Amino acid sequence: MKQLMKGNEAVVHGALVGGATHFFGYPITPASEIAHAAADFFPRTGRHFLQAESEVAAINMIYGAAGAGARTMTASSGPGVSLMAEGLSYIAGAELPCVIVDVQRAGPGLGNIWPEQSDYNMVVKGGGHGNYHNAVYVPNSAQEMCDMTAHAFDIADRYRVTVFILSDAYIGQMMEPVEIPDSVHHAPAKPWALGATSETRDNLITSIHMSTADQAAHNWKLKAKYDQMEAEITDWEEVFTDDADTLFVAFGITARICLTAVQRLRARGVRAGLLRPKTVFPFPRTRIAELVDQGPVREIAVVELNDGMMADDVQLAAPSVRVHRLNWLGGQVPTAEQVLEMAAQKAGQR
Amino acid sequence: MIKHKKPDAFYDTFERKGAGQQTTHYCPGCGHGTVHKMIAEAIDEFGVRDRTIFCSPVGCSVFAYYYFDTGNIQCAHGRAPAVATGMRRVHDDAVIISYQGDGDLAGIGTAEIIHAANRGENITVFFVNNAIYGMTGGQMAPTTLIGQQTLTTPTGRSAATDGNPIGMCELMSALSAPVYVERVSLGDGNRVLKARRAVRKALKNQIDGVGFSFVEILSPCPINWKLTPMDARKWLIENLEPAFPVKSFRDTGTPGAVATARAARDPSGPIPDDEMVRLLGSQSEIETIDRVTGLPEQRVKVAGFGGQGVLSAGILLANCAISEGLHATWLPSYGPEMRGGTANASVIVSEESIGSPLVDEPTTLIALNGPSIDAFEGSVVPGGLIVANSSLIDREPARSDVRYCMIPASKIAQDIGFQGAANVVLLAAYAAIEGFPAIDILRRVIPHALKKKNLVDLNLQMVDAAVEFVAEHPVAAPSAAPLPVR
Ligand SMILES: Cc1ncc(C[n+]2csc(CCOP(=O)(O)OP(=O)(O)O)c2C)c(N)n1
Ligand code: SF4
Repeated sequence: MKQLMKGNEAVVHGALVGGATHFFGYPITPASEIAHAAADFFPRTGRHFLQAESEVAAINMIYGAAGAGARTMTASSGPGVSLMAEGLSYIAGAELPCVIVDVQRAGPGLGNIWPEQSDYNMVVKGGGHGNYHNAVYVPNSAQEMCDMTAHAFDIADRYRVTVFILSDAYIGQMMEPVEIPDSVHHAPAKPWALGATSETRDNLITSIHMSTADQAAHNWKLKAKYDQMEAEITDWEEVFTDDADTLFVAFGITARICLTAVQRLRARGVRAGLLRPKTVFPFPRTRIAELVDQGPVREIAVVELNDGMMADDVQLAAPSVRVHRLNWLGGQVPTAEQVLEMAAQKAGQR
Repeated sequence: MIKHKKPDAFYDTFERKGAGQQTTHYCPGCGHGTVHKMIAEAIDEFGVRDRTIFCSPVGCSVFAYYYFDTGNIQCAHGRAPAVATGMRRVHDDAVIISYQGDGDLAGIGTAEIIHAANRGENITVFFVNNAIYGMTGGQMAPTTLIGQQTLTTPTGRSAATDGNPIGMCELMSALSAPVYVERVSLGDGNRVLKARRAVRKALKNQIDGVGFSFVEILSPCPINWKLTPMDARKWLIENLEPAFPVKSFRDTGTPGAVATARAARDPSGPIPDDEMVRLLGSQSEIETIDRVTGLPEQRVKVAGFGGQGVLSAGILLANCAISEGLHATWLPSYGPEMRGGTANASVIVSEESIGSPLVDEPTTLIALNGPSIDAFEGSVVPGGLIVANSSLIDREPARSDVRYCMIPASKIAQDIGFQGAANVVLLAAYAAIEGFPAIDILRRVIPHALKKKNLVDLNLQMVDAAVEFVAEHPVAAPSAAPLPVR
């Protein structure tokens, strides 16, 4: 039986099904419902919820809990994720698994609480200092908020990385029917973690590598891991791409809007298609290149609530094709018609 | 009594420092080595080496894991108390040590130490106060003395510019949760013996579940003080001790209120999987029906004042859609306007999966007040429907190409006895006119959707009244346009 719930509430359901045991939160609109639901459900199911004194503390509590072997998470929005940057970098360096949900709002600064996708560069390119990446899933429905969060814990443990659920104010605030999966995931054995036992006494969680040679070896090891992730977990969805000469690329809320836009174009006889990345790190660049090199795609429209952050990645993947940037900022979200108008304008035809 | 053998909690040789190393990386006369040794001895004495997790800071003691043959985690600058908190929530039986310098604890990490202390985390904090940033080469610390020269106070710390040295034990004592707060000194042998006792007690407190213990250790940094090890100890006694009184600030000896409350909590841990699946799945169990297919996509905008039940009417509608096995999205306007201003909800119901959840051209507008009909009347598709609360809207419909149902919803609701349910009257009128949602489903969903169960009957009466009103006032086809083919 499906239940009507906000994407933000679906995250907590997904987290519990995903085996999460420790939630460290700090309130911020439009992500707060995640902390609210976690504060309700985690203790009720014998798990732990703690409101940290700041996002800085929250990410470091995660560092501790993940180092101790727990499946742990937090949720925030841009200003809070900015504060977590240092901790995320430590977590990447120490190769700890965790899950972070970013329900994006408009920035920079305090900005406003309406949707943007402008944390793309911060989250997809790392966010903190040093040479590292997070796995980044981009849900476009309440169901995916649940399912991707559950899956994220497995991915985090498999690669020992931070997995981001990069959402936005609309996907978080929107209510939709959600089917809660009925099998609970569990963490694998973590012999590397600090277990407070004689077996784990020799374990060390750290991100320091004092010699340049050690640091280099460590960083190349991380790089190999990211490459492996690209080969194994890159995920996307395609709609009408078989014969599409105009390809829309969008994620999250704008992918929903583009789906409507593409359906309308099809109804008008235009051969439009949609590629929706479900992961933006790793990015489905190989597939985009394939569609351009081997398919009929003549132009690409990347629709985003930022000034073209993912469009840069699309253009890199497909250098030979025109990539149009259809961008909205400030929390303004286009209707499908507005997307079509701007697409026509940019294409200078139709 | 000074022990000379290496404690077991120390590695025999410091391999992490380099193969076969026997000495620490600390400068001659540095206090860190002395404090390490005291801690290692206490770990030995209590036999908790396997259970111990040592949280090392950023500072000269960043490499504490070279020495401690315990679980080790190296923390970001100042964050060890938060890391220790995370650990504490995972392992009840771990012995968790947060070891921090003055830059780490009293500067960059002030928030984390205050809040860990205030939560009464059952951890032990060793705070090595050497009145300077050691690792980075001797800059001012929050505990640097007035007049003390450092690289960033070349003419001496001035209160006017930098404020006064900060007393962390004094701050800790202002909180109720810590059970043990003491400042000790490494100035001479007697002081070191006292310090050893404090270290021991602070660790024992944790092992016994007594609560948060905090030991500040005044400690020499001869290199950055630019003194010999001997002179550094003298300077410590003569200058640091007067500024930072060496004494016990608090020693309750018994479990603090926080520890007692925590011990009383249910320790049973995660509930079984099947129980959790049931809990997560059991929010609303409404029987579903298989509806006759052929429903055109419904794009409904519900609008009114915050507090009129705009958002909840939308939720009710979306819940009905689920019960009829349909796809649905509900998107609120949210934020400050929820507190008294205008609010609206966009609901889409469809037999197909839904793309954009935005409702820019509603097929139906449900307007609870005047400003809402003013704002959205023009956006309704030709042939669409406007259900408006005529109790609060005192003007004529403006369009001739849409259908109108002007229903005195507030009055109807008030007459039945609950004015707050005008939203239900309007929604039921919409249902009666469009045949969706089925009135039967609406009646079944209402008891599940309402938080206040005593209002169920009143709300069902609203539905009856609306159905009756629509039967008596059939909605006319628009005069100016045919029904659109949808
Ligand atoms: C975020 C951050 N800022 C600055 C530094 C540089 N840093 C390293 S150690 C240190 C000061 C350490 O002083 P203290 O805590 O007093 O420890 P000590 O070295 O004296 O034992 C600073 C500022 C850092 N590592 N991280
Ligand atoms: S710089 Fe100071 S604190 Fe650091 S090791 Fe040397 S004496 Fe110790």
